[in-house]
Amino acid sequence: MRRLPRKLLLNGTGLLVFVIAVFPVFWMASTAFKPNTEIFSTTPKPLPSHPTLEHFDLVLNGGIAEVSFWEYFRNSAILALVTVLVSGLLSLMAAVAVARFRFRFRTTFLIMLLVVQMVPCEALVIPLFLDLKQLDLLNSLAGLVIVYIGFAVPFAIWMLRGFVAAVPRELEEAAAIDGAGPVRTFFRVMLPLVAPGLVATSIFSFITAWNEFIFAFTFLDDQTKYTLPIMLQFFFGRSGNAWGPIMAASTLLTIPVIAFFLIVQRRMVSGLTAGAVKG
Amino acid sequence: MLDTAPAVRKAPGRRTSGRARPRRRPRFGPYLLIAPTVAVIAVLMFWPMIQIGIMSFQKVGNRQLRGEPAESVGTENFEKIFNDPFFWQTLRHTVLFAVVAVSLTLVVGTLVGLLLNKLGKRMSSFVAGGVMVAWATPPVTAAIIFSWLFGTTGGLVNWCLDLLPDFLVGGGWNDYNWFATPLSTYTVLTVCVVWQACPFVAVSVLAGLKSVPGELYEAARVDGSGPWRTFWSLTYPMLKPIFLVLVVMSIIWDFKVFTQLFIMAGMANRDAFNLSLYGYSEAFGSLNPKLGMGSAIALVLTLILLVVTALYVRVMVRQGETR
Repeated sequence: MRRLPRKLLLNGTGLLVFVIAVFPVFWMASTAFKPNTEIFSTTPKPLPSHPTLEHFDLVLNGGIAEVSFWEYFRNSAILALVTVLVSGLLSLMAAVAVARFRFRFRTTFLIMLLVVQMVPCEALVIPLFLDLKQLDLLNSLAGLVIVYIGFAVPFAIWMLRGFVAAVPRELEEAAAIDGAGPVRTFFRVMLPLVAPGLVATSIFSFITAWNEFIFAFTFLDDQTKYTLPIMLQFFFGRSGNAWGPIMAASTLLTIPVIAFFLIVQRRMVSGLTAGAVKG
Repeated sequence: MLDTAPAVRKAPGRRTSGRARPRRRPRFGPYLLIAPTVAVIAVLMFWPMIQIGIMSFQKVGNRQLRGEPAESVGTENFEKIFNDPFFWQTLRHTVLFAVVAVSLTLVVGTLVGLLLNKLGKRMSSFVAGGVMVAWATPPVTAAIIFSWLFGTTGGLVNWCLDLLPDFLVGGGWNDYNWFATPLSTYTVLTVCVVWQACPFVAVSVLAGLKSVPGELYEAARVDGSGPWRTFWSLTYPMLKPIFLVLVVMSIIWDFKVFTQLFIMAGMANRDAFNLSLYGYSEAFGSLNPKLGMGSAIALVLTLILLVVTALYVRVMVRQGETR
């Protein structure tokens, strides 16, 4: 008899936590579908009683900025994809090195990775601004993506090395005995086995680049180069009370990332916690 | 999100003993593999850090941006900021915010982690999925959503507070402006940051709890230990390494929080600045950029964080993460 109320209490608390966690995002999406009269109503309602797509229409078909939403979307997507590809390649190489070989400076390298993950990008933005200016890479997606790669790689290596270390060496040795060269062994044995780790790492790099604000805000000057977060901030700053379109734009920026995150959630959590804290 | 590393702790099935395998010691292989990474980090992180050090002793403004050489001003930048009460105010904001936000994040995050561990399998993954939504939300969006929730016109929070009886919360909430004073701005910022940071703590704690053998809890229960006591004499010591890492990382994140405060307070609202916003605004906030001053402030921030980072590295080395 005592078990039932306890279980109810636990599940009730669980539901409450769920609601609190999801509510702000739900409120954003719900506002995006409300006509202005409901947005500024004196008695806010959880769901729009007359849902409308007018705010999305405004955001997607111009009217909020000089450049189309899709251009910003494209910029963000290009930056995120290039970051994922390049940082994935570099970090896989380095992860193999630290997980498979003992070499001098290996510990130094690992400590360096830890330290640079903690470096405040809020501080580095000043010198990087000057460096990019000198290289004529300011106000270009190319300049920005280089910086993103730099900030994505240390974490990606740290995350990947666990996956590489988890691949049994015996498999590689067996392939070698069967006469496969190192390259073939890598593509046939290592790559398929670390693929889940690569996926998890890529999601992280992708989201980091997709969400990034301060570098893009500082380095990009030209509206056609803006990324989605910059567009959003710009729009927010300019039209303080146009909450409908602001929420519609926020929804368009946020929902893909959340969907992406949730799809790979299980894989990611297992990646993050892979063997975490055993002893 | 970049700095989520330490949750990835020990590699699954990592070898415990390093049996010597001479065959696996090629001379240049590993160096070639890490070379690109080292180059990228040197160019994008170490060199800029050195530049901050140099520039903080220089005057770098519009003329230097046009290409003229920077002139050295000695310790002038530092004298200026250390003698300016405004600097100390931003430092106070930074530290107080970090103390409050870190404590709240850890307490709430741990409680959620404990709850996730207690829930049934399906309920647990359902709640975890919801919590992940907060984690995945871009900081810019989060800041904008919370500005809207706490807004003056049509804001949900003010509406709710106004509904509550006056003797509880006082009256006149309907047009209360949360972004008028630093204290209320930081209140909203804290809610926003804690909401986003808790999931990571919760998931890490959950992972840790899963690795604690169930028999220990069984034994504690048999001995008649209550939940409070069980937490402090069993769970906490077992999870201490994770907590250490989580504390250090939270301190670092909250010390340098920028995007959310930038969106909520903006560069015009100087009263609410923290260190990173102050440094940024000196460097880029006006038509008269003072990159030297900005660097000096950034250097102070970096040095503070380096101390915390040193602690972090020590913890990680002790736990054998760099072996």
